[in-house]
Amino acid sequence: MSTIADIQNEIVAEFEILGDDRESTIFYIMELGGNLEPYPEDLRKEEYIIQGCQSKVWLVAEEKEGKVHYRADSNTDITKGLISLLIRVLDRRSPKEILEANLDFIPRIGMGNILGSQRSNGLAAMMNQMKRYALAFQTKQNA
Amino acid sequence: MAIQVNSIRSQFPILHQEVNGNPLIYFDNAATTQKPKVVLDAIQQYYEVDNSNIHRGAHTLADRATQQFEETRESVRAFIGAKESAEIIFTRGTTESINLVAKTFGSAFIQKGDEIIISTLEHHSNIVPWQMLCEQNGAILRIIPITDTGELIWEEFEKLLSSKTKLVSVVHASNALGTINPVKRIIDAAHAVGAKVLLDGAQSTSHLDVDVQALDCDFLAFSAHKLYGPTGLGVLYGKRELLEAMPPFLGGGEMIREVTFEKTTYNTIPFKFEAGTPSIAEVIAFKSALDFITSTGKANIHRHENDLLKYVVDLLQDVKGIIPVGTAAEKVAVFSFNIQSMHPFDVGQLLDAKGIAVRTGHHCTQPLMRRLGIEGTVRASFAAYNTRNEVEVFAQAVTKIASLKNK
Repeated sequence: MSTIADIQNEIVAEFEILGDDRESTIFYIMELGGNLEPYPEDLRKEEYIIQGCQSKVWLVAEEKEGKVHYRADSNTDITKGLISLLIRVLDRRSPKEILEANLDFIPRIGMGNILGSQRSNGLAAMMNQMKRYALAFQTKQNA
Repeated sequence: MAIQVNSIRSQFPILHQEVNGNPLIYFDNAATTQKPKVVLDAIQQYYEVDNSNIHRGAHTLADRATQQFEETRESVRAFIGAKESAEIIFTRGTTESINLVAKTFGSAFIQKGDEIIISTLEHHSNIVPWQMLCEQNGAILRIIPITDTGELIWEEFEKLLSSKTKLVSVVHASNALGTINPVKRIIDAAHAVGAKVLLDGAQSTSHLDVDVQALDCDFLAFSAHKLYGPTGLGVLYGKRELLEAMPPFLGGGEMIREVTFEKTTYNTIPFKFEAGTPSIAEVIAFKSALDFITSTGKANIHRHENDLLKYVVDLLQDVKGIIPVGTAAEKVAVFSFNIQSMHPFDVGQLLDAKGIAVRTGHHCTQPLMRRLGIEGTVRASFAAYNTRNEVEVFAQAVTKIASLKNK
């Protein structure tokens, strides 16, 4: 299985093809949202909404055989695309890998510039929540 | 008279730039308008030549600054047709103006069981101050409902009016939908039951002729920055007899006549309500903004903006997936809409990629959005410097975005 670093490099390369065309980049991000696993309706609850995002984001995680599996959804297509990138990098990895991951693909693809500060803050909130889940599972594993 | 858009545009330095590789199209004028060069120059001139604290200064600079400051007050008086300049109070903005009335008029003249009427169209700044007042003193807030097109339901308003009504506080023109309310009728009906009326003029003063004496409104609140003027400055107009009867708002310098440790006597209006050093540069520069509007001609600006509104509706009304929000018969130049199966945030971000600035979201009118059953809208709002060509570029961009999810 590719490492977190490998996948981040892949993503950066894909975005490089789009170059400086902001509109195409956003269209691409919106399309990526289509890759998300359908989010279970019974988990569309207030308690799974991530605080700190302008748009609504639901995120749940479960542990299977030592790996963390994430599912998420949003009410906006751009945000869905962004979550799908985070999930592509972090899904089905051990809590240790997730916690140690240096997620540098976001600045490397110039996402802050494309998205503006509001969405960038939201993205950081999503990342933190994913790491928080990993931390919870790691604590449970070590208990 | 048709306005010369190119000559107007040349007065606004900020418009001549590219955003994300495209010429800036600024359609977020209901949030704040851009500032003409004369306003920018006035701010610079003040700090370079006249900077001084106003009133009571025994030197030439203070005198000059005071004189210019008071000249703006007179300009504002003329702009809204008030009887005298003492009825013009400078605040930090529409929000503070409304809060001032809630805290002073509200606490002195509205008691437990009294009723305050607002409408479903209100901005949060014309909801929350009254909720706070009601919580404090046990008054009751009543809400005028609206139709699906975004217009007040007159019969329902009439039903709400009674001898218990002490204040009707309504928006003149809705920031989210553009609806122009029939304020003259509202004022007359409210006065007939002995209630006072506050108009939220944040969106109307820049587009419509607002004459406080002809309307006979008791209070009018608006902001300079939506009138091509500086940010951080607002106006509260109030009738003299009301302002005199109201207790002061903030305590401090300027608002006093004499202070001893035993007792303070208050200054006369308008100074009673202007504690502390005001935004002097902004007030002085605001006069240039009003001069800009007056010389361009409000009726001309309104006609031009209306033409743009009609044009955008023409270009987009038959495009698949476009859902206009707020289709009142009488509107200021606000085009609010949604695209089927798309979130307003995403639409806004895609327009930004094309250099087009619009506002997305609930526009600080969450109860209105709830009433309409939507989370928010995309809002394009026009000003004197916008062009038909910009509307065409915008309509093309919106059409392309709509086609993504509406094949």
